[in-house]
Amino acid sequence: MPEFTMVAALNTALREALTNDPRTLVFGEDVGELGGLFRVTEGLQREFGRERVFNTPIAEAGIAGMCIGLALAGWRPIAELQLDGFSYPALDQIISHVAKYHERTRGRAPMPIVIRIPSFGGIRGKEHHGESPETYFAHTAGLKVVVPSSPLDAYRLLSLSIADPDPVIFLEPKSRYSAKEQGELTDEGPRIGEARLLREGGTCTVISYGAMVARCLEAAERLAGEDVECSVVDLRSLVPLDVETIATSVRVTGRAIVVHEAPRTLGMGAEIAARIMEEAFDHLGAPVMRVTGFDTPYPPASLEQHYLPSVDRICAAVREATTWVR
Amino acid sequence: MTEGDIKSDEPSPLQLIAPDGTPAGDVDVGLEVAGLRELLRLMIRARRLDRQCMALQREGELTVYPPFEGQEAAQVGSAFALGPDDFVFPSFRELAVAVARGVDAVEYLRYHRGTWHGGPYDPIANRFAPICVPLATQIVHAVGWALGAKLDGKAACSIAYFGEGSASEGDFHEGANLAAVFRAPMILFCQNNCWAISVPLQEQIAAPIFRRAEGYGFPGVRVDGNDVLAVYSVTKAAAERARAGDGPTLIEAVTYRIGPHTTSDDATRYRSEEEVARWRERDPIERYRRYLLGAGLADDGFAAACETDAEAWVAEVRAALTALDAPPASEVFDFVFAEPPATFARERERFLEGRERGHA
Repeated sequence: MPEFTMVAALNTALREALTNDPRTLVFGEDVGELGGLFRVTEGLQREFGRERVFNTPIAEAGIAGMCIGLALAGWRPIAELQLDGFSYPALDQIISHVAKYHERTRGRAPMPIVIRIPSFGGIRGKEHHGESPETYFAHTAGLKVVVPSSPLDAYRLLSLSIADPDPVIFLEPKSRYSAKEQGELTDEGPRIGEARLLREGGTCTVISYGAMVARCLEAAERLAGEDVECSVVDLRSLVPLDVETIATSVRVTGRAIVVHEAPRTLGMGAEIAARIMEEAFDHLGAPVMRVTGFDTPYPPASLEQHYLPSVDRICAAVREATTWVR
Repeated sequence: MTEGDIKSDEPSPLQLIAPDGTPAGDVDVGLEVAGLRELLRLMIRARRLDRQCMALQREGELTVYPPFEGQEAAQVGSAFALGPDDFVFPSFRELAVAVARGVDAVEYLRYHRGTWHGGPYDPIANRFAPICVPLATQIVHAVGWALGAKLDGKAACSIAYFGEGSASEGDFHEGANLAAVFRAPMILFCQNNCWAISVPLQEQIAAPIFRRAEGYGFPGVRVDGNDVLAVYSVTKAAAERARAGDGPTLIEAVTYRIGPHTTSDDATRYRSEEEVARWRERDPIERYRRYLLGAGLADDGFAAACETDAEAWVAEVRAALTALDAPPASEVFDFVFAEPPATFARERERFLEGRERGHA
């Protein structure tokens, strides 16, 4: 059984897209000879040439804006913004144009754009290197927003994103880049907009995405030793959100915990809690709880373990939900 | 001040026709008589339509409207110099460019009618991108298109229109540098109309805009934006240069916004009647009409026919435009995604059900 890191899986997805569709282009800061800061584009420029895979000047708004013109000229741009904290100069282009061009033109201008952004914390990074920008994008109509949690699903999600006719913001959890997974790379399986039920248990539903999924699985394993059986839902896709899979599980367990790195206030947890109330209120035995980052800037390296949801915090939230008394 | 310049010792913009209509340079720009006459016809159409739009807004038939009176030569002259495969990236004041490019005026004006956003015409078939309001953002779109055309080996260029106010935005600088680095076949076409809403030139920039091109590594030219032949000439040269693979050109067309920034603006609060009157004396249409008549390229009959033609056409546009109703409510949802998410489809259903029950 072959084994892949997330970086290798993403690299393979890009290589195959460049091979199979001559209209795809890969560009961004340092994506050429260097292969990107995280080596996701390693070897691609040598293989496909400097026209299909190219470095850009340091100009994030320009990178995102060029996607519009390239799409109008019939290309499929796959752009990389180097880091979460440096993606913000591109927000105007992404919010004002990438998200809205299809609607503005009544669907006459297809926008098959993928913008990859290495994201989230947990890498002992400096300030601006541990941001969770997902809600800025998820709150913007017209974008699809996906976050892989494992190498094989990273391959699948990136392949599907590149094939998708709509713009996709592809957030890569940096702390999972070197995580390994055994299996075959395939784009068969769940689509964009479909969550994965990674573990099934009848007591509590734990919902997460990206790097925190691994911690949720670890917490579920630990809690199983205490006879608390958790379901773990890996969302994969924040927009579209698979409300059905979440609600189906919560209707069984009656309890839900949402786990994410992003700050608590107006994070994805708030949206998911509201959706659970809309779809499964009568089944709830406890309030939906959130284990999240805090309403503070992302802390320096020596403090980040206190900020990120830990297995202990996830377990504590599950125990609180399972012992909730009305 | 606000004569299109921030320093008095800058060279005069390129001019081929003097404000009184007499030749001021080599007026042979490579156009036949029919083309030379067409420039006048298009400028007159554009002005008539612009004035009609102002009236329609005052009558409540259009939402806020940004007039371009005074800038007809800059817009028509540059648009007329483009080839059929070249691609226009307008800002929000380029209706005269759209007229010259043959974009359906009613489709274009749906934006100002409030029945859709700024791209209801087919942008790809028309080679004319949607109306772009966030300032200077369209410049990087034009770079992307130009790069795409270059990768396809097409002999075509893009042109991004923007004002001197937009040239202070970061996207101008990113776009200019990207265009230079990629040797993108494009034209950065700045209409310096002297005012960024109420802020005059000397409060916006400290050096002339065309000079910036040198810093990015491509040519910058300054042209009298009220001289349609001069604008045509420099744009044609820039387009040929771009298509030949020699990279971008920055054109600064010095002109003047005779009207307010938009119908919501009161320009009398920040500039004098005298200043506006001085620019009216440099009216681009009157200048060019005199030139054609003086050179024997047209007679009074032709000029009068242009007015009649424009009047009839504008009446048609007005009738079609005022007949436009709001699109079906479902269109709020219909074009957001090519493949709408399931959650989104449910929201659409709820919205439509609510309307049927009279809740919305």
